[in-house]
Amino acid sequence: MKLRAALLGAVAVAGLAPAAFAERGTDGEVKLTFPQAVSIMNPYLSGGTKDILAAAMVLEPLAVTDPDGVLVPRLAVEIPTVENGGVSPDLTSITWKLLPDLKWSDGTPVTADDAVFTWQYCTHPEGGCSQATKYEGVASVEAVDPSTIKVTFTAPKPNPYTAFVSGLSPILQKAQFANCLGAAAPTCTDANNMPIGTGPFKVTGFTVNDTVTMEANPNYRDPAKPAFAKAIIKGGGDAESSARAVMETGEFDYAWNTQIPPDSQAAMSAAGKGQFVVAFGTLVERLEMNTTDPDPALPEGERSTAKHPHPILSDIRVRTALSKAIDRSILVEVGYGAGGKPTCNVIPGPAEWASDNDGCIAQDMEGAKALLDEAGWKDSDGDGIRDKDGKKLKLLYQTTVNPIRQDFQALIKDWWTELGVEVELKAIDPGVFFGGDPGSPDTFQKFYADVEMYANNSETPDPESYLGQYQCKNAPTPETQWQGENINRFCDPAYDALYAELTKTTELAKRQEIARKLNDMVTKDSMIVVPLVHRGTLSAHSNSLGGVRINAWDMETWNVADWFRVK
Amino acid sequence: MLTFTLRRLMLAIPTLLVISLVIFLLVDLAPGSPLSDIPLTVPPDVRQKMIEAMGADQPVFVRYFLWLRQFFWVEPAYLFDSWFGTTWSEGELRILSWQSRSPVFTIIGQRLPQTLTVIGTAYLVGVLIAVPIGIYSAYRQYSWFDQAGTMFAMIGFSVPTFFSGTLLIIIFAVWLGWFPTKYDTQLVVNDWESFLKQVRQMAMPVMTLGLANAAAISRYMRSSMLDNMGMDYVRTARAKGLSERTVVLKHVLRNSLIPVVTVIALGIPAIFGGAIVTENLFGVNGIGAALIGAIQGNDIPMVQTIAFIFAVLIVLFNLIADILYGLLDPRIRYD
Repeated sequence: MKLRAALLGAVAVAGLAPAAFAERGTDGEVKLTFPQAVSIMNPYLSGGTKDILAAAMVLEPLAVTDPDGVLVPRLAVEIPTVENGGVSPDLTSITWKLLPDLKWSDGTPVTADDAVFTWQYCTHPEGGCSQATKYEGVASVEAVDPSTIKVTFTAPKPNPYTAFVSGLSPILQKAQFANCLGAAAPTCTDANNMPIGTGPFKVTGFTVNDTVTMEANPNYRDPAKPAFAKAIIKGGGDAESSARAVMETGEFDYAWNTQIPPDSQAAMSAAGKGQFVVAFGTLVERLEMNTTDPDPALPEGERSTAKHPHPILSDIRVRTALSKAIDRSILVEVGYGAGGKPTCNVIPGPAEWASDNDGCIAQDMEGAKALLDEAGWKDSDGDGIRDKDGKKLKLLYQTTVNPIRQDFQALIKDWWTELGVEVELKAIDPGVFFGGDPGSPDTFQKFYADVEMYANNSETPDPESYLGQYQCKNAPTPETQWQGENINRFCDPAYDALYAELTKTTELAKRQEIARKLNDMVTKDSMIVVPLVHRGTLSAHSNSLGGVRINAWDMETWNVADWFRVK
Repeated sequence: MLTFTLRRLMLAIPTLLVISLVIFLLVDLAPGSPLSDIPLTVPPDVRQKMIEAMGADQPVFVRYFLWLRQFFWVEPAYLFDSWFGTTWSEGELRILSWQSRSPVFTIIGQRLPQTLTVIGTAYLVGVLIAVPIGIYSAYRQYSWFDQAGTMFAMIGFSVPTFFSGTLLIIIFAVWLGWFPTKYDTQLVVNDWESFLKQVRQMAMPVMTLGLANAAAISRYMRSSMLDNMGMDYVRTARAKGLSERTVVLKHVLRNSLIPVVTVIALGIPAIFGGAIVTENLFGVNGIGAALIGAIQGNDIPMVQTIAFIFAVLIVLFNLIADILYGLLDPRIRYD
């Protein structure tokens, strides 16, 4: 009897064990697939999300942002704040404490020197570091002692969580990258492709633009994690084939960026092998209105500059009418399905930062027509196109070559035609449109059109730098080689003043209030930016992969250490 | 023959130099920027720094001569060093891809194996299917077999691989679940099981490409056979009382193969070039996928190097085809 009880007890313990004391590397292999293959594992030399997502499984920053938009410590003991003394009261420095006994995957200790080196690496003038903005305004990074990192800023910084925060600025191992400073950075192929990190996995094999193979980091700080012994990232193909490999054939566990047409989403979900997950960040598909005249008859150098206000779109009533005529719900239904929702905001999230502006959601064709009538645009010759003072209401509407965008163009053209606006459509190769070549007439910065459509987002949940784009001084002009983020050439002293206030404000609630106001100034108050769809990142994971918490504020792979096999 | 070969080789040098310049200018003049994939959140001044670090802001001729030097001096020197342990290439910058910052030749080296296995097998399968079909179609012209063969060739010609490939995926991967849709480039074949796995993952891309290849070659084979079937020497062979088998397979086939061999030889550079659509569709990630990825990313060093290697191979295999022609047909001599 005793023996039987003991055996039963043993069986019970054995049965419970996997749940209670999960062990490292017991769940086999996790397979990820990206439609764009990984080119390099060093986020400082890459700008592509695909590379940084992969690197985030290996390299770690001091802190990351979780799916709720809250900052959580990674390699740091806690998030420094003014209250706990980590941030100096005058906001000119922040002091991070590293976790005790932290080791690189090669077994050597992580020290504050590594962070200092990482800062030097990214700020080297010849390095061409793609994450340089993370270290903007940083005067120095010092190692106070081996586990204390002090970042000093050149001026008070209301948001000091930039350097070493998020998957975009992880800490590199000094020993590995010591000879890779500046111009030598791209020559360190091995280090760039197989960086030594502190994350749950370490790279064991890398083929450029194809496959990354990884295995569990033997020195990972949590002895029970990761649950997977191996990980593989296979790249290439397209969103459709990636989604299929997870949702229909079950070959892969996770597919990033599976933005496919809504009907395909439904068909693939029906196969029952996996599910789509969506994270809404700040990515907004929008129409940008040109406030300057892009008339080709104007001399080069004056076209699309503040010298000549736009003859049609300078009138807010026209801009508002164009927005009112659009049915954003139909756009979402046609283009994005679960991966999008209608929005009227440039900053649609996080919730506390987003304005309650939703006046544009319902289509109002009659209201739009009335507004145009009021503005003096009437169809005097009966050809269906409105005119005023002998000038036709005709717009050139451009965007990039992309099937969804062409659908949007067609729909919006229909609505605007109904309104009595003649619309000419133009689709430009994305490489040219976003290429920024000052010699090309087709870049989005040059804006040789009346209306253009694309998507943009804030890199961080705190939208300070994102809102800074709409300052007067950021308008692209011939003098700036057509560089600049204020695409609309929007110029409002009140906006600039309020933005200056934001950069000085430290209190969170107040910052959020100002941000909401700034958002309203460029959207509903001026209709300079006409937001259409709040786009999420749509990814897919198999039903047998547990622990996925998709994250719009940091890398999707941020919690890969917690992923496990559902048994 | 030797003088002919040498003369052709000498002539190839200026040809290739001109080709390299044309490719370089074409790629360079094409609109777009190597940073167009980078998110809009990266500000202009950071972009400018990145361009400078790549060397992409240098004038076009500086970059062209740098590339020439890297291609003809640094890379061979590097190869020589890695074989013999010398230090010729020390301190020299190899051709680096802008996209991945990895040496272009390392990437090509990583990708060549799967391209050669998959595309090469598809070519071989295509030839093995096409030659018998062509022979029998010609021998029994207008029979039902010939009609079916014509039909098959028509389908192979007209159905694009992105369609036939997707169809195969839906049938064999989604419905039947026999084959994987993503090619595993890391698979090491060392036992029976991994060999079967390799066969399974090659099945669909090979079928897709094999169909397209077979279609073209079977038509060449058929028409070449038809040309010869009506010749006097065939009638003579038959009159001598030779069996049909000997007439067709010995006399007609041998003579008919001459132009077909040329066509097959000229198709070989395409194997190295990979198959852009098929590779992308099945995730084979060979040279074709690398080229299209580089073109999309405006990765000039990568596009330039791959395109130039194609040019070399095409010039080379044209020469080989010409020489083969002479060897197969004694009537043709170039001296």
